Amino acid sequence: MTPPTDSPVDEKKYWLDDKKNVKKIVWAVVIICAALFVADAFYHKHPYFGAEEWFGFYGLFGFIMCVGLVLGAKVMRLFLMRDEDYYDEAHKDGDE
Amino acid sequence: MVNPAYILILGALPIAFLGRPFRQAWLLAVPLVAFGMALGIDDGTYGQIQVFDYTLETLRMDGLARVFTFIFLIAAFLSNIYALHDDDPIQQVSGMIYAGSAVGAVLAGDLITLFVYWELTAISSVFLILARRTEQARRAAMRYLIIQVGSGVLLLAGALVHVAATDSIAFTHLGLESTAGKLIFLAFGIKCAFPLLHNWLQDAYPEATVGGTVMLSAFTTKLAVYSLARSYAGTEILITIGAIMTAFPIFYAVIENDLRRVLAYSLNNQLGFMVVGIGIGSELAINGTAAHAFTHILYKALLFMSMGAVLFRTGTCKGSELGGLYKTMPWTTGFCIVGAASISAFPLFSGFVSKSMILSALGHEGHWFVWAVLLFASAGVFHHSGIKIPYFAFFAHDSGLRPKEAPPSMLIAMGLTAFLCIGIGVYPAPLYAILPYAVDYHPYTTAHVINQLQLLMYSALAFTFLMLTKLYPPELKSTNLDTDWIYRRFLPCVIRCGGRVIVAIDQGARRGFLHLVSEIIRVVHRYSGIEGTFARTYPAGAMVFWAVGFLAIFLLMYLIG
Repeated sequence: MTPPTDSPVDEKKYWLDDKKNVKKIVWAVVIICAALFVADAFYHKHPYFGAEEWFGFYGLFGFIMCVGLVLGAKVMRLFLMRDEDYYDEAHKDGDE
Repeated sequence: MVNPAYILILGALPIAFLGRPFRQAWLLAVPLVAFGMALGIDDGTYGQIQVFDYTLETLRMDGLARVFTFIFLIAAFLSNIYALHDDDPIQQVSGMIYAGSAVGAVLAGDLITLFVYWELTAISSVFLILARRTEQARRAAMRYLIIQVGSGVLLLAGALVHVAATDSIAFTHLGLESTAGKLIFLAFGIKCAFPLLHNWLQDAYPEATVGGTVMLSAFTTKLAVYSLARSYAGTEILITIGAIMTAFPIFYAVIENDLRRVLAYSLNNQLGFMVVGIGIGSELAINGTAAHAFTHILYKALLFMSMGAVLFRTGTCKGSELGGLYKTMPWTTGFCIVGAASISAFPLFSGFVSKSMILSALGHEGHWFVWAVLLFASAGVFHHSGIKIPYFAFFAHDSGLRPKEAPPSMLIAMGLTAFLCIGIGVYPAPLYAILPYAVDYHPYTTAHVINQLQLLMYSALAFTFLMLTKLYPPELKSTNLDTDWIYRRFLPCVIRCGGRVIVAIDQGARRGFLHLVSEIIRVVHRYSGIEGTFARTYPAGAMVFWAVGFLAIFLLMYLIG
């Protein structure tokens, strides 16, 4: 297998290798989100629930929930994370 | 007419005897023939077999069975193409029998036939894990087998109780009222990976072979979804169970390092959507469940295929060791992104046209809390399957790995699957046409498209925000404890500690008993031993002396008296 980290010197440069292009993608996401937020003013909603009528509900819900999800999962790591060979050790201990 | 299940199962047998080029052609031809056969089966019951007093219905075709039969056969065909590079007859034979028995179970019209195929899926599929040929895989395979066979035993017990109570073996609506209904519900629940019964899935699937995981992801759990839809449609508790299933595994998916295990968690989450649909039980909801099972099998297979290709080329599937693979595996990257977009339900991809049916059905019923949970889960799916999988495997930091692109057979399988994912998303009418009930549903309304895009893009924004602020938990080499801890650590420990207690009691009891015995021997020895009072020997003269002595006393007393 190829050696880790250092990529070959003469290797082709890819579009994403340039940090500037990564920034462009970030900005594209931000602009699309802003546009989608504004778009809420321009169509007729067919809500099942009251919350759906709030301006930009889906966007805000998605953002807050995802941040909550990741932070919640991070907290779970404190309790649940063990070494990669956690279960292998159990077998080394004895039985079988 | 021939049962498509027989074609696959009997078609599996010659594989071991065929030479390589014939074998490969055979592997592709058999599912196609079976699919052709399935296309021609009209609604009705066929293939009755009389066993004692009961009539087994080995082939019952109706709307619900048709969708699942079709998608199972398509999945068998695609995964056979995918696995062509890996010329391992054990996998090929067991995979084909596995697919055949899943189809047989879907077509079963009675509980006995269902039970036979139910167990056959368990036994045949375990070889897809064993074929990895590592110690870790062997252990996972044994755990998997025990749980799967356990589910079968519950099903059999339920079926027997059901027969005793109703004298019917029909595989139809059962409900939760009777004991039999509860037992069978539990049997289905294990295979469907209900919360707390789920962990066999995340334990075993990532340990299977590259092609084996793709097959496993398609059949077992969706067979359980089908069975639940057949027997427990409209059972209220399924809405709660399903909602927990959608939300609970995604937390694990965020922190899991093995990317195939991340996919196993997200598989669990997708099953939750289907289970909610079954719990609602309306025509729209059951249609949604069937449609979602159909699209889900395809995009989940596609995601497992792309991660399988990564595993095949780099030897690892761990997020902490991957990154930057898009440079040398552009096609795999592209196909993975199609799968990711489909599971995330982006408009124009397959998940969008199926998942929305379930959410709409939920809206009609007015379950606002469950609806909010499912919406959260939808955003979460995009977060961990839609972004995390492609991001950490193909982009993120450059791992320096420069593997070759996936082999042609894998690329063809991924290409076909990706084509179906997009095709269904763009033009869902053919899928809607084969659903169990007539469909009057339009996924592409302005509000729906915009709302879905808002949900997804803001999730992407959240991911970007968390990455830039370095709040996102890094991929770490780790094991996260899940319910399998109970039977991999806790119970063995209890047994070992319990064993120690039993050993102590046993040793104490033996020691006490030995002591008692030796004490008895000692006492007996004292009185009856060679020197003991009772065993002492006396010379014959002493006897005569005493006899004469007694006689003399007697005489004396006689004289005196």
